[in-house]
Amino acid sequence: MSEIEIPKPDPAIMARRSEIVSGLAKLVPDECLISSERELVPYETDAFTAYRRVPLAVVLPRTTEETAAVMKFCADAGVPVVPRGAGTSLAGGAIPQEDAVVIGVTKMNRILDVDYKNRTARVQSGVTNLSISDNVGADGFFYAPDPSSQLACTIAGNIGMNSGGAHCLKYGVTTNNLLGVTVVLLDGSIVQIGGDHLDAPGYDFLGLFCGSEGQLGIVTEATVRILAKAEGARPVLFGFNNSEVAGACVADIIAAGIVPVAIEYMDKEAIHICEAFAKAGYPLDVEALLIVEVEGSDDEMDAMLSQIIEIAKKHDVATIRESQSAMEAAAIWKGRKSAFGATGRIADYICMDGTVPLSQLDYVLKKTYEIIDGYGLRVANVFHAGDGNMHPLILHNVNDPKESEKAQLAGDDILRLCVDVGGCLTGEHGVGIEKRDLMLHQFNETDLRQQMAVREVFDPDWILNPAKVFPLEVRETSSQSSQEAA
Amino acid sequence: MTIHKPASEEEAASLVADLAASGTSVRIKGGGTRSSIGRAIETGDVLSSEAVSGISLYEPGEMVISAKAGMPLADIEKALSDSAQMLTFEPMDHRALLGTEGEPTIGAVVAGNVSGPRRIFAGAARDSLIGVRFVNGKGEIVKNGGRVMKNVTGLDLVKLQAGAWGTLGFLTEVTFKLLPTPQESATLVFSGLDNEKGVQALCAAAGTPFEATGLAHLPALITGSDAQTVMRVEGFAEQVDYRLNQLSDALSEYGSPERLRGEDHKALWRNIRDATFIAEPRDRAVWRLSVRPTSAPNVVEVIKQAVDCRYFFDWCGGLIWISVPEDDDAGEETVRNAANAADGYATLVRGSEPLRRRVSVFEPEPAPLDRLSAGIKQGFDPKNVFNPGLMAAAE
Repeated sequence: MSEIEIPKPDPAIMARRSEIVSGLAKLVPDECLISSERELVPYETDAFTAYRRVPLAVVLPRTTEETAAVMKFCADAGVPVVPRGAGTSLAGGAIPQEDAVVIGVTKMNRILDVDYKNRTARVQSGVTNLSISDNVGADGFFYAPDPSSQLACTIAGNIGMNSGGAHCLKYGVTTNNLLGVTVVLLDGSIVQIGGDHLDAPGYDFLGLFCGSEGQLGIVTEATVRILAKAEGARPVLFGFNNSEVAGACVADIIAAGIVPVAIEYMDKEAIHICEAFAKAGYPLDVEALLIVEVEGSDDEMDAMLSQIIEIAKKHDVATIRESQSAMEAAAIWKGRKSAFGATGRIADYICMDGTVPLSQLDYVLKKTYEIIDGYGLRVANVFHAGDGNMHPLILHNVNDPKESEKAQLAGDDILRLCVDVGGCLTGEHGVGIEKRDLMLHQFNETDLRQQMAVREVFDPDWILNPAKVFPLEVRETSSQSSQEAA
Repeated sequence: MTIHKPASEEEAASLVADLAASGTSVRIKGGGTRSSIGRAIETGDVLSSEAVSGISLYEPGEMVISAKAGMPLADIEKALSDSAQMLTFEPMDHRALLGTEGEPTIGAVVAGNVSGPRRIFAGAARDSLIGVRFVNGKGEIVKNGGRVMKNVTGLDLVKLQAGAWGTLGFLTEVTFKLLPTPQESATLVFSGLDNEKGVQALCAAAGTPFEATGLAHLPALITGSDAQTVMRVEGFAEQVDYRLNQLSDALSEYGSPERLRGEDHKALWRNIRDATFIAEPRDRAVWRLSVRPTSAPNVVEVIKQAVDCRYFFDWCGGLIWISVPEDDDAGEETVRNAANAADGYATLVRGSEPLRRRVSVFEPEPAPLDRLSAGIKQGFDPKNVFNPGLMAAAE
């Protein structure tokens, strides 16, 4: 099987295991250090469960200062560090290696300050995404990025993966909603980047940290933008007899100058899976379904929806379901929101995350089915159509190694296709280990070396989350060439 | 002095490789309308993006445009307006403030992360910039990001290039996501509020769901009569009326606002965007402060006590434009201390060359960040070919 390589543990580090653990024990209280085999097992993987490695130890610091002490200790001892939020990464971004110390932020889970006048919230990085919106919701505000895992995932992880969600068509992703961070660098120094004002001075380190997948430092605090909630939100559901017109309809809505807050797409397989589970009343006789949501006052929404419905009619829409009440709106979303859970009920799946230009949506869907057919598998497509971020769920039986390998190969083929039509490997899940070895399909070595040169400013010895994002073979040639240059 | 005008990315790459090999540094130039921003530097040659021009991709149905870096901004805005779309961030035109001539280019907009009043609603240039191509200081062509708006594939060097003022590479192509141009647009004008009340009203407006896309306060010394607190709303026709009504109701404690539409409304926001209110007198230095909005009135109070200044507020109060006499340090210590006390920072946007030698144009960074910045520069441009010392003192 095309196994993803995780570096073998360094025997010299493994031999110092008890010394390292006792060193860590001097830095944090007992309840913050996990070192027994049994208790370490929950940290052996994240939501990319095909790969597992039990780490050497797990530290859950309570403060920025404790995090700094642990970082400095690990750096001085030459022990790899794998930062971890809630462990919901679908790309293996938080999967440890056996000779690594995991530093988890989950004990730093307080909302420190909410400033409604300036519309900011300062939080410790281990707070969950949803808890911010929950905290400010009663006052009419929310935190915009809304990844599907928002009940569990942490802001630290969101920053690491630059998380998006269903509503980023209007509100952007994490990088557009972050004003400042407190970061612990590898040498234990604590740095404040940005704050509660706009556009931090100097190079855009804030932007660089978003999506850096724990390779540059550990974020312990963040100041995020909170926004006033819209007066109302209302979805409309369209069923189409032909999956290709659904894509064209999306492009026409956008070209008409309407920016809905969300445009979600489901194909036939996804519709049937979700309907069987959620009983949302989805039409079962259509090939594709779009959920388009708009926001505003009742009149504003009426105006936008009638324009959107006109466009859908031009594309021979087969079913139109407008929501007249909050209950009907919830029913429309119910199926879509349960998509991953409902799919997990009938089969194991891997979830791809490529993004494609909207004009290529139909073509990529068609080719996706061909690829999946070629491997004799099934796929359910459910994704954010407004921004071209596709999530094909490739169904397989995880206990059948042959089928699992086919699923992985099919996934790789689909991601290469996304890149070939002008898109990218990952829209919001990150590269992690899952897509690491495909990076050379999207970038050439020069592109990657430039990124690695930036990475090495923060971590010259590749201690932080060392086997992620960059193909191992490029790293080897990179260190050779930099030695030659020196 | 030689002016290099490569006509393609490849030509630029081989040229930069030669420059690096011969130890020649260059000042990067787009349209030259912002060339007086930054620390005063001495370079041998000029590297112009003028000949690297044209739109490489425009897909209205995707709200995406890619343009070569030397493309005049005006040409891009014209092409977009034909499809009723626009850049999201309303880039400032620096010509009025800096007294420069020439045509602003899209590459320089990226290099300066140049935004305007809409920044508070739709983000800065860096927020809608989704892809770059550039030549690094070794003469290598590098791409990062792409043409899709959701992309977390590898480290985000796109953001690093935005606001790096050309110190990290010679940009050759930039890609933006776009927004539809609003059909209608109008302004609410509250009169006679002092700075404190004015910024309070702006913050209150920002906390409503009515999506103000511009929030500025112009004190009496700028308007020449009563202070004006101005709020821009946009959308389709009925929506604009609705939002104007709702905002007026929500802010009734601040008075009954007048409404501004048409050319007067457009001119107002152009003047706010371009800071023309403080362009005169010409011999004054101009600072730009970014602070938390509610702290802004006090920041100005503190500066006013020590320095003679003209000023106004954009970005809901969070952006303060101040002009001061160019004596001594042009108020640097006062201005920076006031901004820092509010956790913000200050940038000298206009100043004579001697002044730009005397004072820090950009906010000095704390030691760990300074070290990282130097490392980043080294990682992109090890031979210091591009704009050496423009942002920070060259080593």
